[in-house]
Amino acid sequence: MEKHIKVLVLRTAGTNCNGEMANAFEHFGAQVDQVHIKRLRQHEILLKDYHILAIPGGFTYGDDIESGRILANELRLHLGKDLAQFIQDKKLIIGICNGFQILVKAGILPGNLDKGQSSMEEGFKQSSTLTNNDSGKFEDRWTYLKVAGESVWTKNLSPVVYFPVAHAEGKFIPMSEDVLQGLKHNQQIAFTYCSAQGGEPVYPENPNGSTLHIAGITDVTGRILGLMPHPERHFYFENSPNWNGQAKKNKLGDGAQIFKNGVEYVRNTLLSNRVTE
Amino acid sequence: MLWRIEISHKEGVFDAAGEGVTKSAIDLGIASIRKVEVTQVYTLDCSLIHDQIETVCRELLSDPVTQKFSFIPQKDFVPPVQGDDFQVIEIAYNPGVMDPVEYSVIKGIRDLGLGEVKSVKTAKQYQVCGPAQQVPMLVTKVLANKLIQHQVNYAVLRQEHPPTMGNAEHEVILVDLIKANDKQLMKLSQDGQLFLNIDEMKAIQAYFKNIGRNPTDCELETVAQTWSEHCFHKTFRGNIEFEYTDKGKTKKRIIKNLLKSTIVKATTELDKKWCVSVFHDNAGVIEFDKDSHVCFKVETHNHPSALEPFGGANTGIGGVIRDILGTGLGAKPICSTDVFCFAPPDTEWKDVPAGTLHPKRVMKGVVSGVRDYGNKMGIPTVNGAIVFDPLYIGNPLVYCGNVGIMPKNKVLKKVYKGDCIVVVGGRTGRDGIHGATFSSGELTTQSEVVSSGAVQIGDPIQEKKVLDAMLIARDRGLYSAVTDCGAGGLSSAVGEMGQELGAWVDLDKVPLKYTGLNYDEIWISESQERMVFSVPEKNVDEMLKVFASENVEAVVIGYFTGKKKLELFYKETQVCELDMAFLHDGNPRITKKAQWTAPKLKIKKRPAKIDLNEKLLEVMGHYNICSKEWVIRQYDHEVQGGSIIKPLVGPQCDGPSDASVITPKLGSKKGLAISNGINPRYSMVDPYWMAGACIDEAVRQIVCVGGAVDRIAILDNFCWGNPDKPDRLGSLVRAAEGCYKFAVAYGVPFISGKDSLYNEYAQNKKTIAIPGTLLISAIGIVEDVTKTVTMNFKKPGSLIYAVGLTQDELGGSVYLDTLGDLGVDVPKVNPKQAMKTFKALNQAVSKGLVNAMHDCSDGGLAVTLAEMAFGGKLGVTARLDYVPYRGTDKRDDTILFSETASRFVAEVLPENKKAFEAALKGVPCKVIGKVESTPEFVIYGLKHNVVVNLFIQDLCEAWKQPLRW
Repeated sequence: MEKHIKVLVLRTAGTNCNGEMANAFEHFGAQVDQVHIKRLRQHEILLKDYHILAIPGGFTYGDDIESGRILANELRLHLGKDLAQFIQDKKLIIGICNGFQILVKAGILPGNLDKGQSSMEEGFKQSSTLTNNDSGKFEDRWTYLKVAGESVWTKNLSPVVYFPVAHAEGKFIPMSEDVLQGLKHNQQIAFTYCSAQGGEPVYPENPNGSTLHIAGITDVTGRILGLMPHPERHFYFENSPNWNGQAKKNKLGDGAQIFKNGVEYVRNTLLSNRVTE
Repeated sequence: MLWRIEISHKEGVFDAAGEGVTKSAIDLGIASIRKVEVTQVYTLDCSLIHDQIETVCRELLSDPVTQKFSFIPQKDFVPPVQGDDFQVIEIAYNPGVMDPVEYSVIKGIRDLGLGEVKSVKTAKQYQVCGPAQQVPMLVTKVLANKLIQHQVNYAVLRQEHPPTMGNAEHEVILVDLIKANDKQLMKLSQDGQLFLNIDEMKAIQAYFKNIGRNPTDCELETVAQTWSEHCFHKTFRGNIEFEYTDKGKTKKRIIKNLLKSTIVKATTELDKKWCVSVFHDNAGVIEFDKDSHVCFKVETHNHPSALEPFGGANTGIGGVIRDILGTGLGAKPICSTDVFCFAPPDTEWKDVPAGTLHPKRVMKGVVSGVRDYGNKMGIPTVNGAIVFDPLYIGNPLVYCGNVGIMPKNKVLKKVYKGDCIVVVGGRTGRDGIHGATFSSGELTTQSEVVSSGAVQIGDPIQEKKVLDAMLIARDRGLYSAVTDCGAGGLSSAVGEMGQELGAWVDLDKVPLKYTGLNYDEIWISESQERMVFSVPEKNVDEMLKVFASENVEAVVIGYFTGKKKLELFYKETQVCELDMAFLHDGNPRITKKAQWTAPKLKIKKRPAKIDLNEKLLEVMGHYNICSKEWVIRQYDHEVQGGSIIKPLVGPQCDGPSDASVITPKLGSKKGLAISNGINPRYSMVDPYWMAGACIDEAVRQIVCVGGAVDRIAILDNFCWGNPDKPDRLGSLVRAAEGCYKFAVAYGVPFISGKDSLYNEYAQNKKTIAIPGTLLISAIGIVEDVTKTVTMNFKKPGSLIYAVGLTQDELGGSVYLDTLGDLGVDVPKVNPKQAMKTFKALNQAVSKGLVNAMHDCSDGGLAVTLAEMAFGGKLGVTARLDYVPYRGTDKRDDTILFSETASRFVAEVLPENKKAFEAALKGVPCKVIGKVESTPEFVIYGLKHNVVVNLFIQDLCEAWKQPLRW
């Protein structure tokens, strides 16, 4: 009997990309539950029963105070232990847009930059941020992204992918030069904004003024990914702004591979491991 | 005690908010402001101690990477030092104004485990570098709107205490009505902001004379609100004595119920089986696929947006979304469409009447309001339009539309005797008192003072929570009916739901934001984000549990009685007892006078020689044509993941689409196309033909992308001047009659609609009326979205077809506007020919014969070709002598810029030529040129000379430049 690949799509007040996130994982055969944080905090539902934690985009708590802050605190202060165990168990986490902001502000990303140490020994500590775009406004636009580094989530992607961003606070800033060097050294930079040809971007190709044009990062293991652009919005070929008139090689769009990677990792690693262990 | 916390940027971190303020100051003519920095201020009323406050600052209120914080007990506050060239000012919300951040901060502190906070107030402190004497102007023009905000007085801040809202008066107030004479009746109407006329006041008087007592203030308010133009649509439903000139003769006829005799009549005659629910619910419902229906509604929020653009547009969107939530047993919102009319953003200050805001500020505020609400609700804003005309200076128009999807078995609702009345969502405050009656009067310079209660700010996250919770409750079948709390608040919602059965309500049970509200205020408050449900008693517990699981407040406030009365209690005292029959049917049918004569317009002669290169660039940059990218990009138009045709398409995402297409069910090929038609300049010549042009435009945009013309439904939305003035009402009648005629001719049923009248601005003795403005919004079902077509040219060497006949129809065109003329010959649609063209193009697209298609609308053929070219980054050569044309004014500029309806430009591959022409047999249609790989835009005139020769990047730049803010 096939074992279920279980994905928890986390939601709370103001989450709004949960439907398309769930659809993306379900497409590849995962079983997805969209769960309100309240149920996790009350232990009605347990994180350990899932293989992938997916934090979708939206405006949790209205982006009040700053984007992601309130849910990040809830995760850090009320589910910290569960999360640490989840990570320890080599399970996957993905945060898109507001989900990325939450992971960064909870200190889950970039996490501990020292490969030797387990990332939650000292608890989660914020070491970077995502702040107001240089343009000073929310923008929904399509961006080209160079795929860098190697990780569970990003393998088999084309070298340059095309995803839309839709955010007001997507400018990545590390706390210090050390953090930035660590990210580079560990190959934790997963996506950078680039020109259509893959070259150095200028605004609006880099839509927010991010340091080193960073659009997405992983933790040291590559099992936790956060990115501002929305791969789930280029899930189907026809989601692209320029699909019409292009040759259709695949019914899926550039973003689908990421979700496929997540599901396949669980199938090939976590579920098969359990048999052998 | 009160703690004051200040959060500011660390050195070297870019202050986006400050930069934005500086830019707005310069935009609005306060150029001497050099730099503004923004500090966020929180005032907490709590018993936390110093160290705990520090934790709050460090872990919740500030970002460790970009921000720093400081805090002190407010009693120790020392006002900042002010200078001649440096000022510190602070802007806070007025007491009672919605500030969603307060709730979030309270929640955040609770999550930290530090205990409860009594209240939170936020403010923004601005450090302004610039001459001190400029600061008051900065405050009024940019930083604050006195209707909702005020400048904090630093001198007294130290002594300030947490605000209290005063105590409620529990005494029932009776209004001395039954003995009043006519003059006194009208005074009661005016003083109470009831906006009722003498006949209506007399009808109320007669009712109370009959039952032998005076009304309570609450009863009078309830009647006024139910009978308001906003809720009852007196003009459209009343009698109209219509006088008009036909072939030089004056004729007269009586129209009984304009709505039924035009809009509804068209739908009845068309009798489409896929129209599921029309005109009686909160939105019109049509069939989508085998399991689902979709519903569509467009509302206006003009008056509030004129006074407080952000809040007005914000709550406008919130309101129309609740219409969708309140349709049937509730639909899930899947997309929005927003259309605005403003005065030009470069209007000079001297032309801005006293009491109004500058149109650029209005526009920025409205766009922000839509962005805030739509984005936070997670509903893509997929389509829209903006029209600029100086006549909108006093009354900007804000149309907000929303589409929802629901399972087929959730379309019917019915209230049962004994069902509980459950109110959910936001708490009730003084917000928006008199909103419904207020929108039934003209705006004046006094409006901002008199009606400030009508202005409010929305809380989109509250509404999102309501949405999340109610869909769970809907799918579990926990309630029997639902409606939204819109204009008129509980009065309207409960009054409507209890119309047949009667309702009993205990106003004490309604959750309040603060104490001090009177019972009548609770009843008519228009606080946002509330819905009213009718819940069978056995389901009440589970219903309340579902809402609690999403952290939404839900409370039983009464029940539906079967006594056919509206009974309200407060502190165990009855404050209202009205017969439902009187409330809903007791208003006198008024007769209004309407009069229509065609305006006497002169035809101006155009210069014989016009540089068409220059002219085309000017037309591209006209406000009504230029790129709206600045607006579009601020809206999330892709959330929910179903975006297929976006507002901007092509290799560089800068080709302006026709209809937008989405797939509400991910993975399914079935889609929806959404479009709008709006042409107020044609209305200045003849509203009848404007109606035709609007319907044609909305339908033709859907045809452009490949939507089937026989599966399109439309909405009407009339924004007009004061209907008590016969000429305004005459033009409204003429537009409504056009709507009937052309809806029937095009086979497109109206499924819902709205009217907003009294859009006039009175200043001294002059009034500025908007041009009668009709918005037609269309929704079409697309069988297979993978076969849809976008507007950008795709392949060099393709043939360019002009489809449809071009005629001498420059009247009301953008081109004539650039020559300072209105013209006379507005486009007159020919439905028979139009339908033939639309059906033929449907065929061609479904066979895959069309590579790209774009409609000819504002700016005519020239603009269409230019947009297709730069949208695809490809060049064009075309010949005007090949364009199918009929007329007597045969000139290059006529053919280039005429705005004749029902026309398209299509790109077709050479190998599809035969098949395409076969599909379009009988339709005027000709190859006029071809797509080029070089980026040149070359048009040969009637005499075969080159009349336009431009680079596509120059056309694109001219088009993008005006609104690149």
